[in-house]
Amino acid sequence: MQIGAARIDPDALRRELFDHAAGAYVSFEGWIRNRNEGHDVLRLEYEAYDLIAVKEGEKVIAEAREKYALLQAHCVHRTGLLELGECAVWVGVSSAHRDEAFQACRYIIDQVKVRLPVWKKEHYVDGHSGWVNCERCAAHG
Amino acid sequence: MSKSITVRYFALFRENAGIGEEQIDSDALTAGDLFAELQDRHGSSEPLGHCKVAINDEMADWGAALKDGDTVLLFPPVAGG
Repeated sequence: MQIGAARIDPDALRRELFDHAAGAYVSFEGWIRNRNEGHDVLRLEYEAYDLIAVKEGEKVIAEAREKYALLQAHCVHRTGLLELGECAVWVGVSSAHRDEAFQACRYIIDQVKVRLPVWKKEHYVDGHSGWVNCERCAAHG
Repeated sequence: MSKSITVRYFALFRENAGIGEEQIDSDALTAGDLFAELQDRHGSSEPLGHCKVAINDEMADWGAALKDGDTVLLFPPVAGG
């Protein structure tokens, strides 16, 4: 698990997962999109508490390795200011067969999104900004 | 007995509190009690159930007991990915 401001290079990360025993490789890239909850988004700002985010991410990957027969697994999450189209999060897994790879990749990204201390602030075209999930859950009580 | 607790705020909580960290004296017995006490002070309205807490750099439950000298990290609702 890696957390940091450096741009994500999916090709380089993919090469790290090569394994002659692997018959399958599945990856997920989370991109910055231009619209969320009816707002036009200009860019996103990610904040993380690295120390626990890495620890918790390692735990998620270890759980995936326990549940599915994986050969390699890795996840990277960016922090800082990201522009539209940039990759904010990357997950990659390799395994002997595709079923495990698909399921493990899904497991890792789903857990990473809800467990890691990572926050994103959306900056909108109209000049406003807001922390994702916070305002919403406050409004809905 | 009053305890000396270091509290660290992140993202929305830091913006609401206007500071990233503070040292407080508190009678709160648990992390959840401390959260309620600080919510009153900083006017935050996030439901406890959507937030997370870590004590001394380990994820913890809201029911975890606090002791003198603890550092409590308050995490607003996370939104990775």
